[in-house]
Amino acid sequence: MKLVTVAGPPSSGKTAIILKALAHLQGAGRKVGVVKFDCLASQDAERFRAAGIRSITGLSGNFCPDHYFITNIEDCAAWGRREGLDLLVSESAGLCNRCAPHIRGHLAVCVLDHLAGVHTPRKIGPMLKTADVVLVTKGDIVSQAEREVFAFRVRQVNAKARLLFVNGITGQGSWEVSRLLDAAPDNAPLTGGKLRFSVPAAVCSYCLGETEIGEEHQHGTVRKIQIEEAHHV
Amino acid sequence: MSEHNAGGVSCRSLLAGDSERGSLGNGESRASTLRPTETGSELAFTDSRCDEFLLLNKLPSRAAHRTLRAWWEAQSWDFRTESGWDFERLVDGLAAFLGANAAMGESAPLRSLEIRRGRDKSGRPEQFDLLFKPGDVVCLVGPTGAGKSRFLADIECLAQGDTPTGRVVLIDGNAPDPDSRFTGEGKIVAQITQNMNFVMDLPVAEFLKMHAESRALAAPESAMQRVLDAAIRMAGEPFGPETPLTQLSGGQSRALMIADAAFLSPKPVVLIDEIENAGVDRTRALEFFVDQGKIVLLSTHDPLLALSGARRLVIRHGAVQQVIEPSPQEEANRVRLAALDRRLGRLRERLRLGERLDEPWEQLVGEALT
Repeated sequence: MKLVTVAGPPSSGKTAIILKALAHLQGAGRKVGVVKFDCLASQDAERFRAAGIRSITGLSGNFCPDHYFITNIEDCAAWGRREGLDLLVSESAGLCNRCAPHIRGHLAVCVLDHLAGVHTPRKIGPMLKTADVVLVTKGDIVSQAEREVFAFRVRQVNAKARLLFVNGITGQGSWEVSRLLDAAPDNAPLTGGKLRFSVPAAVCSYCLGETEIGEEHQHGTVRKIQIEEAHHV
Repeated sequence: MSEHNAGGVSCRSLLAGDSERGSLGNGESRASTLRPTETGSELAFTDSRCDEFLLLNKLPSRAAHRTLRAWWEAQSWDFRTESGWDFERLVDGLAAFLGANAAMGESAPLRSLEIRRGRDKSGRPEQFDLLFKPGDVVCLVGPTGAGKSRFLADIECLAQGDTPTGRVVLIDGNAPDPDSRFTGEGKIVAQITQNMNFVMDLPVAEFLKMHAESRALAAPESAMQRVLDAAIRMAGEPFGPETPLTQLSGGQSRALMIADAAFLSPKPVVLIDEIENAGVDRTRALEFFVDQGKIVLLSTHDPLLALSGARRLVIRHGAVQQVIEPSPQEEANRVRLAALDRRLGRLRERLRLGERLDEPWEQLVGEALT
């Protein structure tokens, strides 16, 4: 079974493009599944079911979503194998841009959308930087020039990824995406493998449920903002 | 923990220019011109673009350091442990940033684009092989769902008999490099469609500068000026370099998109999808593309534009069913249509100036309709 991680900001079009790309693979006789990681709520299971795709949804709730992902991905992969899947897609929203669910040895996809603006590639972080494939959606409604600038800005943070313009609504580019998914590494080991980027180091009182504001409530690893004061003459 | 997974590479091998993403195990070697040079400590660190990189990432300034390694080692321990960077990541980041221009790279000009016949939606063979040369204007006609988009997508992904249509696309007579097929830079088509908008909140000049930068042009200023002049000549109403993109009228922004695609976009093929009635001098727009040696694919049912092409491809049921070359009568009609179009343009201009259009019909349309 191939395992592919797909990450991107909320509403960037991850589910739409996954649905379109997987439809091509289903047409080619592949058995495909999706595990959707989200924080609070997700209605996507219904969309996957309607498309005849096996899926499970994991909601991290109170837990750090990235920690939740990495502590559960093995179980999800085991489920995929029990189901006899050829391909399991792990879909997760880029929750704080600090992290990335990408795993070494497994195809890593980042989905961005043009409407987020040309500064976005510089703000996304490891989810984009460590991806093998970058899919940029909603290109049908922005100018060609902005698309080219966007591509350039993606290149400035990730020199190696394949970069594709796709459309989750019309399915433009989804066939090409399906070819890349189908060529993903097969049966790469997960247990004992490594994340491509570490998750945050902070363990502070707020991680453990503290809600009060104030210095006396801040315990554990905390980091203070550096504020440069203007020099008044 | 041993690194026995397929793509696992140590930091050391990354530093040596080995790409963890390049060794995915899918048997594809990627054209990677963008390796960090040998080791990070030798990465060029004297360029002003290095300063730009540091500034963008809110990193301390380069100061007097001549290598990235020296700069890194001069930073405080706190910074090195808490900034979210480590040296390897920095090497990769800087290399990507410096290499972006090369990646967007200027490919050699296209000499020919060939599309070998495929099959229609029922699997019946298509009848035509097509050959396009720079400066060709080709129109695509056919109802929605007929396969125009797939035809264009086949060109976009440089199909090699592996798309649903089975078409094969050759560049300068050869199959394209397989590595370039599935990546944005390998793509050869620039698009202008009815639905496109500028979403950036920037003045025209700054935006053009941003686009010119991504091209690493020798003379970005003059390229920008050309785009601006051309756009103003196509749009009815003038606008200036300081006009915010978001305040351009429909016609002005379409004109700017066209001028930008003609003069600033590196893509040798331009696809124009339904831009009728946008308040743009369409004949002039086509001339710009032809002058720049672009291959223009026009998906349109606008009579003037459709007759402007040297060929008209009729697409039906997923295949090119007919290739029409304009007859002498069609050519004569196109000239009349162009006169009519200019006439209508003048009427629009008069309305804009607050005039009435109340002269007798013959006078109003002049010789255009007679």
